[in-house]
Amino acid sequence: MARMATTRRVAISTAVAWLFGLLIFFPILWMGLASFKTELEAFAVPPSFLFFHWTTENYATVQERSDYLHHAMNSIIIAGGSTLIALLIAIPAAWSMAFSPTKRTKDILLWMLSTKMMPPVGVLVPIYLIYKSFGLLDSRIGLVFILCLGNLPIVIWMLFTYFKEIPRDILEAARMDGATIGRELVYVLTPMAIPGLASTLLLNLILAWNEAFWTLNLSTSNAAPLTTFIASYSSPEGLFWAKLSAASTLAIAPILVLGWFSQKQLVRGLTFGAVK
Amino acid sequence: MGQITLQGVQKSFGPVHIIKGADLDIADGSFVVFVGPSGCGKTTLLRLIAGLEDVSGGKILIDGKNVVDTPPAKRGLSMVFQSYALYPHMSVRGNIGFGLKMAGLPKDEINRKVEAAAATLNLTPYLDRKPRELSGGQRQRVAIGRAIVREPKAFLFDEPLSNLDAALRVQMRIEVTRLQKQLGTTAIYVTHDQVEAMTMADKIVVLNGGKIEQYGSPLELYERPANLFVAGFIGSPRMNFVTGEPALQKAAATIGVRPEHLKIERDGAGGWQGTIAVAEHLGSDTFLYVDAGPLGMLTARYIGELSLHAGDRVSLVPDPARIHRFDESGNALRG
Repeated sequence: MARMATTRRVAISTAVAWLFGLLIFFPILWMGLASFKTELEAFAVPPSFLFFHWTTENYATVQERSDYLHHAMNSIIIAGGSTLIALLIAIPAAWSMAFSPTKRTKDILLWMLSTKMMPPVGVLVPIYLIYKSFGLLDSRIGLVFILCLGNLPIVIWMLFTYFKEIPRDILEAARMDGATIGRELVYVLTPMAIPGLASTLLLNLILAWNEAFWTLNLSTSNAAPLTTFIASYSSPEGLFWAKLSAASTLAIAPILVLGWFSQKQLVRGLTFGAVK
Repeated sequence: MGQITLQGVQKSFGPVHIIKGADLDIADGSFVVFVGPSGCGKTTLLRLIAGLEDVSGGKILIDGKNVVDTPPAKRGLSMVFQSYALYPHMSVRGNIGFGLKMAGLPKDEINRKVEAAAATLNLTPYLDRKPRELSGGQRQRVAIGRAIVREPKAFLFDEPLSNLDAALRVQMRIEVTRLQKQLGTTAIYVTHDQVEAMTMADKIVVLNGGKIEQYGSPLELYERPANLFVAGFIGSPRMNFVTGEPALQKAAATIGVRPEHLKIERDGAGGWQGTIAVAEHLGSDTFLYVDAGPLGMLTARYIGELSLHAGDRVSLVPDPARIHRFDESGNALRG
């Protein structure tokens, strides 16, 4: 009896999980499909799901009209650069808060997180003006800088929870074993922190890759990453749905592939601390 | 050599005094156990000796040299942690050899020493495994291996057996004692378990509230406790304390009698009268918990089986030679 009930519960939860999974995935699937339709079919009512004229012409047009590689390169530089700089700042910060906390450590962490509570649009005007005065508008450095600052609180939080999980006893054992701080870092701490560093890096890459608010507002062409590339295909008039879908598919493809191959790492990173 | 001397060692965290001036002389090669209730400062004292905490005052001498400003690794001590604290990403071989590697020993010498240590601890078949592939007892042995391979002046053990199950704990207790005798290295061992303290120690340090209450051999502590705290802490079941009339007759504020020094008489008129509340029959021993009216609950121990049950009236007669006398402030009265 009990076993049957359990089997049924498992079946129901599996079905529900699949349903939600499909629901979340559906827009991406629809976008992928639309990118292979003609503009007319793309917004036909009722829409056709699979039986339409499959065409790759949208991809060709998108490639022709705009420089995908230029924007992809910008995305790589901006996402990669902001992630690396954020890690360089966050590692020592999280380190010191995890291993030599003071009375104020909790406050500092909360204060950092609180900066994420304000909508970015609230500081758009001052940031825009500052960027204008310093000549940072439409520059890669400017975008690297703003995305790095935007994601820093989350990076520090993630690393902090990771480092906190490293038992102090092990560090003390290394000290008793005669390891200097440098060797402790190389032989003991870094190997133990690698999973945490890796998932933080991945998550931050994804966040920076997909960030659209600042990239759209602070760049036009030179520094424009793939988000701007997508946006350039969304227009109030004309038939651009299929091309927009093709551009979007091209834009998210690299990060999707990266995410797919590192999902184990990511899930571990996101649930770390929650489940022991 | 591993002679350790503490002179007026103090430790405070902010306004809180954890160690209030400890003086101690630990002879080379002896096995000394720090015992006391939780929060008494025993682990802090061990960490001060290890160098993992800085002293707030006083001196720590190892072989006559003050080491309070010497970093942990340079003190020539090695430590076994309660949580084992093994390096999870290294094999058993890597774990045991890490200290030697840090000391810059040549590879083949490290290997030779690691293998010798592993052989002593029956770890040879596991040398290439990771800690997560080992059982609790094996992990503990790796932690001990890491300590012995460095041939330290002294071993510091911080409640090393508290994560093991009861049967394994007894076995490891014997192994640790045997190993220490075989190596002849000074050992300081922290525990809250007075049975571990009594069975393993050459000398016991009883700590309470950051102060050393008494320092002596297990039997000295059992036979001549310096005060009420030590009298109550050492010995199981706990010593019976009686105040009032019986104490005044002995010219003391409190008298103490261990459960094994109370003679149990079925219908005697002398001694302390009471009713048995609970009787525990272990076969080898019988423990009686007796409600003695104004004297409170008294515990009596009989070696062997005694056919008495809850509700029976008994009379408990203390062995006059084994009565401990204490003054108002709780210190033992001698003579």
